[in-house]
Amino acid sequence: MNLTLKVWRQNGENDKGRIVEYKMSDISPDMSFLEMMDVLNEQLIEKGDNPVAFDHDCREGICGSCSMYINGEPHGPENLITTCQLHMRSFKDGDTIYIEPWRASAFPVVKDLVVDRSAFDAIIQAGGYVSVNTSGNTQDANAIPINKTDADAAFDAATCIGCGACVATCKNSSAMLFTAAKVSHLAHLPQGQVEAKERAINMVNKMDELGFGNCTNTGDCEIQCPKGISLDNIALMNRDFLGASLKSEK
Amino acid sequence: MSTNAGLFSSSLGKKYLMAITGLFLCSFLIIHFLGNIALFTNPVQFNEYTRFMSSNPIIRVMEIVLVLGFLTHIIDAIILTRANKKAQPVKYAMNKNKSSWYSRNMGLTGTIILVFLILHLQSFWYEYKFGEVLMTVDSNGNEIKDMFTIVKTAFSEWWYSAIYILAMILLGSHLNHGFQSAFQSVGLRHKKYTPTIKMLGAGFSISITIGFISFPIYFFIIQL
Ligand code: HEM
Ligand code: SF4
Ligand code: FES
Repeated sequence: MNLTLKVWRQNGENDKGRIVEYKMSDISPDMSFLEMMDVLNEQLIEKGDNPVAFDHDCREGICGSCSMYINGEPHGPENLITTCQLHMRSFKDGDTIYIEPWRASAFPVVKDLVVDRSAFDAIIQAGGYVSVNTSGNTQDANAIPINKTDADAAFDAATCIGCGACVATCKNSSAMLFTAAKVSHLAHLPQGQVEAKERAINMVNKMDELGFGNCTNTGDCEIQCPKGISLDNIALMNRDFLGASLKSEK
Repeated sequence: MSTNAGLFSSSLGKKYLMAITGLFLCSFLIIHFLGNIALFTNPVQFNEYTRFMSSNPIIRVMEIVLVLGFLTHIIDAIILTRANKKAQPVKYAMNKNKSSWYSRNMGLTGTIILVFLILHLQSFWYEYKFGEVLMTVDSNGNEIKDMFTIVKTAFSEWWYSAIYILAMILLGSHLNHGFQSAFQSVGLRHKKYTPTIKMLGAGFSISITIGFISFPIYFFIIQL
């Protein structure tokens, strides 16, 4: 396959950045997208140029680090997969492919395609945890019966890998789907009840504070999420936040 | 540990306000439409209806609530939209949004509705209150302001009717997303009921658009 890549290059936070064009030839359709990027980088290094910086780790769709906005969509044109699971057979010979970093003021560009997603860690720290007794008499989690519907809903929400595609695609850069997945995961389980009241409030307030936008229910996040996290979770968080705020004495 | 800085300073609080005022404005549209049906019956009935609406004390109080509803909805919309623009200052060179057009353009449709609203108030509300209105008689032979003629004259201008029709189509777009979105905003979502809410929203928006468009069309036809 012969391809034209239009890649965002930005040398550090203070650089203005620009799209740079690269011609690629003899790309195998069986390559993964990241392998194609590896080939590009090898060529750049051979020429003595700077390789394109991009995040990646597991390359099997579970770590959430491979953030790339490919041809106008986070994680590229296929549904329910991450960039590392995307293969070149999803493109045609002669295609032009735009590759850009996530765009959101809460996710500043570090270099090229790498953005700083520590804002997500800050949201988790604000409430995405449970209190467990670890003094040696920890209870087996499976000893508490949980009904199947709740267990499934909690599991579905827990599959969020924190990739940030929901923020990247949202016209408002809202982090509602991510935050809601984390709130809802714990809200469905008995272990999550200890901090339940505070959790929704603390996580939503942290999300606001970090400069993410406001949800307008367009649903782009749900369409683009590689893990199929549902808008149901956002509704649950909206409900929990309302209830908790009304009852809160602070 | 809670740092809940007041419900309405949070993003969700502003969304609840948007949803509540939005649904309240939807209820206003229904009443407004039902009242206007008197335009189809006869001029006398419509003029009596207008007099009732501008003199009844309960309606006067509701008018203040309505103004507050509009103001809250509009100011909240401006605050939210400005924050959203700030949250994503750099645009993608290539972007394909797959969500619906009307869900992504609430600010645009809302702004056009606002411009229309000002024009609409100027030509009907202001005209009725402060303009030089012709007098006619009601069913008991008493003098009454001839609102029917104001409406008829306004709609006899093709451009006025065209703006009116365009605004009603965009209002339909605003409501098609807005109605169901308001339920989601306050957390009312359910596997069983949400499809019905979405259908109701689509039906409501289409009915409101067709309903209001029928007025200029009616005047166009009777003036042929
Ligand atoms: C009769 C007039 C109107 C009705 C019935 C109406 C109704 C609604 C409804 C039901 C929503 C959904 C709320 C939600 O998503 O929770 C909404 C949202 C919105 N409205 Fe209106 N609206 C009207 C006029 C306006 C005007 C004049 C503006 C202009 C400034 C406006 C701007 C917006 C915006 C920007 C949103 C999206 C806000 C968000 O989702 O965060 N609307 N409207
Ligand atoms: S909700 Fe989906 S898109 Fe958003 S961070 Fe989690 S896995 Fe990624
Ligand atoms: S590299 Fe881990 S999800 Fe893609």
